[in-house]
Amino acid sequence: MNRNAHHTLHHPKWYRVQKPIFWWVKRFADIRFIFRELTSLAVAYSVILLVVIYRALLTSEAAYTSLTTTLREPFWVTINVIALGAVLYHTFTWFNLAPRAIVMRLGKWRIPDLMIAGGNYAAWIVISGVIYLAYVSG
Amino acid sequence: MASTITIEVSRYRPEEESEPVFQSYEVPLRSDWVILDGLNYIKNELDGSLSFRWSCRMGVCGSCGMMINGEPVLTCAAFLESYAPGPIRIEPLQHFPVVRDLVTDMEDFMGKLTTVKPWVVREEEKPVEEGEYKQTPEQLADFKRYSMCINCMLCYSACPVYGLEPEFTGPAAIALAQRYNLDSRDEGNDDRMEILSHDEGIWSCTLVGECSEVCPKDVDPAGAIQRYKLAGATSWWKSILLPWQK
Repeated sequence: MNRNAHHTLHHPKWYRVQKPIFWWVKRFADIRFIFRELTSLAVAYSVILLVVIYRALLTSEAAYTSLTTTLREPFWVTINVIALGAVLYHTFTWFNLAPRAIVMRLGKWRIPDLMIAGGNYAAWIVISGVIYLAYVSG
Repeated sequence: MASTITIEVSRYRPEEESEPVFQSYEVPLRSDWVILDGLNYIKNELDGSLSFRWSCRMGVCGSCGMMINGEPVLTCAAFLESYAPGPIRIEPLQHFPVVRDLVTDMEDFMGKLTTVKPWVVREEEKPVEEGEYKQTPEQLADFKRYSMCINCMLCYSACPVYGLEPEFTGPAAIALAQRYNLDSRDEGNDDRMEILSHDEGIWSCTLVGECSEVCPKDVDPAGAIQRYKLAGATSWWKSILLPWQK
């Protein structure tokens, strides 16, 4: 869209272009960025789902059973598989970003980027393992 | 291989056109010519009315940045042969007002750059007789990467956030602020945080990452902004948990 100001004496008439709303559809890198931003919705959905499950658990056994029965329906399984994929993608992007935001040193030695990202993945695996062990041990 | 290549140049002559039009030129396709050489050939041999900025021709002055086939590029660092058989489409850097042909107005950036105080700030200068401010190689390495910025504006042109929200301070200015924050001689961190920790500062960045992709000097402005965000969040939490500490 042309938003030109009127031409005035001794002042250039600049040409300005407003960025179109679908600016991101032309390049794969931009589409990937928008997709990454949209995965935030999946993160929000997962948090809400967790709260709903927790609330059902506190309410009664019947409420929890009813909820888990609903979540086993194909529609909700599909939704949750998509949400899981999106949340995992979101997680990977943030873990891989960590070394760009965090600079850590041990004395004069700067901890390599790979170790910072690796630390996040390691913490993720350990915490998941602890939760799993707590689950199987009742 | 063809001996010439077509260059389509965006022309905007405000006294003639209300919006840019493309004009095609045939220039020699020489293996040792960069796009800037092609533009200079047009200017010298074909059409003297073409306007564009350039100076050093060696990737230092940062004045010849343009959109080449839709990507922000330093024209002195891009060989014609890389775009053969062509055509090569040249436009002014996007997200900036076009003054004429390939010349854009950069006052917006210049103003923003000044606000982040891109110089060593000292609360109190030590007397000259006490000597220079010394730095270790490790201290230099902390900020050297961010000091390589040549203000070429490719990062602003690549940043969709700046294109959508022109109030955004932008990648280069924040990277340069970070360069001085990390300098062991500097004491202006709090001043800059005050300026950059608002909506139009570091928090406008959504980490598209394109600024770092196009940077010809490998400055990584996106990384600088994320480090700044972390420092901003830490500073905020400190002010909540330890309010008696400055």
